[in-house]
Amino acid sequence: MKSDRAEVAHLFRRAGFGATAKELDLLTETMRYEDIVDRLVDVDESPDIDQAYLDRYYAGEGFQIYVATWIYRMLNSNRPLQEKMALFLHHIFPVAWSKGQHAYTLFSEIDTFRKIAVTDFRNILLELSRDPAMLYWLDNNENHKGEINENYGRELLELFSMGVGNYTEDDIKNASRAFTGWTFSQPIPVYPQGHFHSKFEFHPEDHDNDQKVFLGYKGDFNGEDIIDIIVKQDATARFVTRHLCNFFVEDEPQVPAWNIEKPRDPELVDQLSKIFLETEGDMKSVLRALFNSDGFKKSIDRPKVKSPTELVMGVLRQVGSFTDIKPGLEGYYGTVAVMGQELLNPPTVEGWHTGHEWIDSGTLSERINFASQEFQDTDKPGVQDILQRAGSLDDDPDKLVDQCLDILGGVQVSSDTHSELTEYALSLKKQNGKEGGSADISDLIQMIVSTVDYQYA
Amino acid sequence: MVSKGKDKVLVVIQLTGGNDFMNTIIPYTSEHYFDARKKVVINAEETLPINDTLAFNPNMGPMKSLFDDGRVGIVQGIGYPNSVRSHFRAMDIMHTCEPDIVGTEGWLGLAIREMDPNQENVLTGINIGRGLPRALSVSGVPVTSIGDIDGYGVMNDQDKAHLRDRAVQSFKNIYSQAIGSGPVSEYIGKTGIDILKGADLLADVSSAYTSSVEYADNPIAKSLKDVARIHLSDLGTRVFYANHGGYDHHANEMVAHPGLLTDLSGAIADFMDDLEEHDAADEVAVMVFTEFGRRMRDNGSGTDHGSGGGAFIIGKNVQGGFYSEYPSLEPADWELGEDLKHTIDFRGVYATMLEQWLGVEAKPIVKGTFEQISPFRK
Repeated sequence: MKSDRAEVAHLFRRAGFGATAKELDLLTETMRYEDIVDRLVDVDESPDIDQAYLDRYYAGEGFQIYVATWIYRMLNSNRPLQEKMALFLHHIFPVAWSKGQHAYTLFSEIDTFRKIAVTDFRNILLELSRDPAMLYWLDNNENHKGEINENYGRELLELFSMGVGNYTEDDIKNASRAFTGWTFSQPIPVYPQGHFHSKFEFHPEDHDNDQKVFLGYKGDFNGEDIIDIIVKQDATARFVTRHLCNFFVEDEPQVPAWNIEKPRDPELVDQLSKIFLETEGDMKSVLRALFNSDGFKKSIDRPKVKSPTELVMGVLRQVGSFTDIKPGLEGYYGTVAVMGQELLNPPTVEGWHTGHEWIDSGTLSERINFASQEFQDTDKPGVQDILQRAGSLDDDPDKLVDQCLDILGGVQVSSDTHSELTEYALSLKKQNGKEGGSADISDLIQMIVSTVDYQYA
Repeated sequence: MVSKGKDKVLVVIQLTGGNDFMNTIIPYTSEHYFDARKKVVINAEETLPINDTLAFNPNMGPMKSLFDDGRVGIVQGIGYPNSVRSHFRAMDIMHTCEPDIVGTEGWLGLAIREMDPNQENVLTGINIGRGLPRALSVSGVPVTSIGDIDGYGVMNDQDKAHLRDRAVQSFKNIYSQAIGSGPVSEYIGKTGIDILKGADLLADVSSAYTSSVEYADNPIAKSLKDVARIHLSDLGTRVFYANHGGYDHHANEMVAHPGLLTDLSGAIADFMDDLEEHDAADEVAVMVFTEFGRRMRDNGSGTDHGSGGGAFIIGKNVQGGFYSEYPSLEPADWELGEDLKHTIDFRGVYATMLEQWLGVEAKPIVKGTFEQISPFRK
């Protein structure tokens, strides 16, 4: 063993969508923890999925089809952190179909997120500010010289980079002026030739070239200059790294409370902010430090409720039904949606409220029933592998439970839950001898994925 | 089981997508209607006239009969200032009564909290469907979402029936133990226990119900039948919520809209008959609403998002007739030059239902004081 199995399992639940027992075997036998982190973070060194191959099977312009290809990537990418970071950017830069109702532009945005997610924060904000879906979502196409629309300028500062309390209303106005003339080409109608990308356009005649004052700096700033200034701010470093902690480490309160409540792990935010500023927002450096930090390793038993996407992807990776392309994947768009996360259609510009707010009686029963049903079908390759590894109901029930938790990707449960699962395993063993129906280990697995602890990443 | 409760019950039906009010309650003698509507139009002779100016859509025969019996209040011209044309945002406003900020607390969730402050009954509010509409969502208020009554709960899909009771027992133990082990686990634990409580209460619903009413086979009929089944089981539910989707008719409205109205009005009439048969019609009122009306002029195939929608209040205790005024059809009066202008604020209609029907103070829920109507018999 070169690395600790529980730690690697934890890393993959957070930095990816969970690891199977087989994957954990290989990783822990051959690689040190730090090397695994490097492989996750240095995304370009792992082969990408061939998009042309995906497009051949999932053709068309429907939402579900697009999301199916995204799900396929989340399940099968050799770059799990890249997919996780694309989802992260969708969480914090939440553009919704509900306004523009132009699906293709949204698909392109997620593709952009995938490309930029593990680069540097300057590049992320720059591409975000040039993204047609975002430009329309926050009305920057209505932001004109002499007639500013502050929507994008405001959210850029409030929600996308610095957080409230770190700039003035004048800063918002000046930032908005700097983004005048940043717009997009109108997508031409879909018929008869099919969709064309809407592209970023800069209209110099509509750009305000006068002097601006932004966060104390003076100059005839363009949007790029504003981003340069933003990325240097301590507030930005803190805001972005806190977002990363909320997404990867431990549930934070909802964003509007951040200027009132301290981070859950202030030391970790300090440490990561420092790296953010030193490296000018290099996401690889920040993520590498995050996953190697003590704070992250200790967060294994701190509450972080899985988002619906994490829950569904985690289960699908375990049961192994979509390790290659086949029909049926598009239906999982709806599965995730009824649990409260409609991908490509977040509820507001604030994005989804996360943490325990994912859970109500409706969504919890969807989560439990989905997970247990997926493990009911013992023909699925992943379930077969699990059953082969698990042993038999005649084994010591306490050890059997440990074994099953490990096989499911290192699930952590409380000691109370562990004892109850042991009791349940014992009752399954007794049931097995009785007339009127058998029991097997898949029944125990179904109970494990129905627990409170399984709701945590 | 409680004795037949006479607490008032509200059933809310949401027409999702923005119902075309003008083709639902049709100004069949107005030249402006026929001027504006070239293709998406109902011929006067096909309509079901109510009076000299207004008529039901021809596919709403059962609603017309209920109206003739004096059980349907038609609330005309519902809206709010600066009506929003985004579905999501508009529905959000209709759900939270917050047109200026993004609200997080649903108006019916707040009403449920008032009616059951100690959370004694997890079925005080029920949504028929999956997920939870924002109208019902308030942090800490348990509301039960029922996709399928007969399969409601957890462990019900357990394919080995002989394991079910034992599995539920373990589930219950695991979720009970979570209470007291940190705020998030406690919250999840409590939510899991609420699901079991709801499932216990609902377990007898399918066997207890019999009726001579045969509901049609469509989603809204199925939803209202489920409402009847649960209500007639006396589980103490005060608010039911059902969704009827598909009203966003930008295209082919003349093909699709009639079917929806047929399903809707048939389902409501069957539901009322069902309640009557079980002597339970007195305590139930139905409110039908939508997020906005549609544009005055059609687009050749359908109608685009507009304002000035309509609502229906239906029940044995409802004083049938018209409420508020039909929005002016004079082109000079059109909102933004192209929409029906609202004549009553939706928050006044909600306040009416809250105070005059459910007996809950409306002001903190609808965030202000708005003109109410008087649709209930004294």
